[in-house]
Amino acid sequence: MSEVRVLVGTRKGAFVLTSDGRRDRWDVSGPHFGGWEIFHLKSSPAEPNRIYCSQGTGWHGQLIQRSNDGGKTWEAVDNKFVYDGVPGTHQWYDGTPHPWEFKRVWHLEPSLSDPDTVYAGVEDAAMFRTTDGGQSWHELKGLRENSTGSKWTPGAGGLCLHTILIDPSNPERIYIAISAAGAFRTDDGGTTWKPINKGLVSKYIPDPTAEVGHCVHRIAMHKSRPQVLFMQKHWDVMRSDDGGEVWHRISGNLPTDFGFVIDVHAHEPETIYVVPIKSDTEHYPMDGRLRVYRSRTGGNDWEPLTKGLPQQDCYVNVLRDAMSVDALDACGIYFGTTGGQVYASADAGENWKAIAEHLPAVLSVEVQTLK
Amino acid sequence: MIRVELPAHLQTLARVGREVQLDVRGEVTQRAVLDALEASYPVLRGTIRDHVTHKRRPFMRFYACAEDLSHEPPDAALPPEVASGAEPFLVIGALAGG
Repeated sequence: MSEVRVLVGTRKGAFVLTSDGRRDRWDVSGPHFGGWEIFHLKSSPAEPNRIYCSQGTGWHGQLIQRSNDGGKTWEAVDNKFVYDGVPGTHQWYDGTPHPWEFKRVWHLEPSLSDPDTVYAGVEDAAMFRTTDGGQSWHELKGLRENSTGSKWTPGAGGLCLHTILIDPSNPERIYIAISAAGAFRTDDGGTTWKPINKGLVSKYIPDPTAEVGHCVHRIAMHKSRPQVLFMQKHWDVMRSDDGGEVWHRISGNLPTDFGFVIDVHAHEPETIYVVPIKSDTEHYPMDGRLRVYRSRTGGNDWEPLTKGLPQQDCYVNVLRDAMSVDALDACGIYFGTTGGQVYASADAGENWKAIAEHLPAVLSVEVQTLK
Repeated sequence: MIRVELPAHLQTLARVGREVQLDVRGEVTQRAVLDALEASYPVLRGTIRDHVTHKRRPFMRFYACAEDLSHEPPDAALPPEVASGAEPFLVIGALAGG
């Protein structure tokens, strides 16, 4: 029978949740790396028991852990993230040039085909890659040295590269997103990059349609149609049908189109999910009601999914890396909250239940479907 | 032998107890002790001082003989009690508020 493994990164450790394909009873293991901030864990699609983990604290900085047995045991691998060459500057909050400084790894994206190759999205925004299973990391400096790099300015959450999407039909094409610079694409495996923000409109920057400066919170794609992208921006839910060349707004009837997460159903490429958050100043659901919204039309027409989710006095947030889907026939949807709950639906969002509660604030959720 | 006490997170990371003992050749300085520590436990590289600049991380402190040596130059000699092994060199995670 199939098994599902949910990798949960929290403010105070990692947790691994497992269940069989029925997904009604869950075993919770952890905390792994108790007391450490776990920004993200993700497994290799090519070797599911190979898991990479971004671990850190303010005291000891960044560590990367690797498991070869599905999270039972771990070994620390290289944690040296050094910008290639003289890093130069980006724009600081006060408008002055500010040197690039490595702070942490936000997101780890293993290659689709090689378990030893992993991309790391870091703060201050840059992309690193290992090709030896984490024994060494090297910057793909073409992104940071992009012609717009010196204009990038951190948002309140830092100048972080938080989203990495590899085109399954063409591994040379990779999409990334940086808060608060925007979305970028490479078509040559990371050597050169270009901003792909046309169509984004952000009223919080001086030129709302500028080439960069947009606070992209998350991008998602369905593996069968990698040219179709869905974006949750600071405000606005957006869609591109041409690999990010042009975006258009699909917020439609959402009660608010601020939010962080967005994801796509495993088998229905036009079915997408968001968790609307009240506003940029009030990072919790509207009216204290935690609602996932689903569109089955690729956007614009949205329906609330509430069964099993708290519908009063709920003031948690759902952070950008904290939603994922499984690949079982009845697609499972999962998300974690800053209140320490992990919610799951085994029927594409119709019914929800908490599969873990009282965890530290959840930073990331990734799901593996194991046959 | 030089005695070094580590904070809890680094004990876990290096898979050691509270105190490790190191053979430090030449003058016993902060730099020499940390070089020896990282040579024996490479997993600690980058967790106490920066990988490249070797500057102490902001929330790390170095104490010995009831003195805060965090701001001493890295090549200054450590107290004789540390050099003789009578007293440990303490690597401390600073109070960070909250």
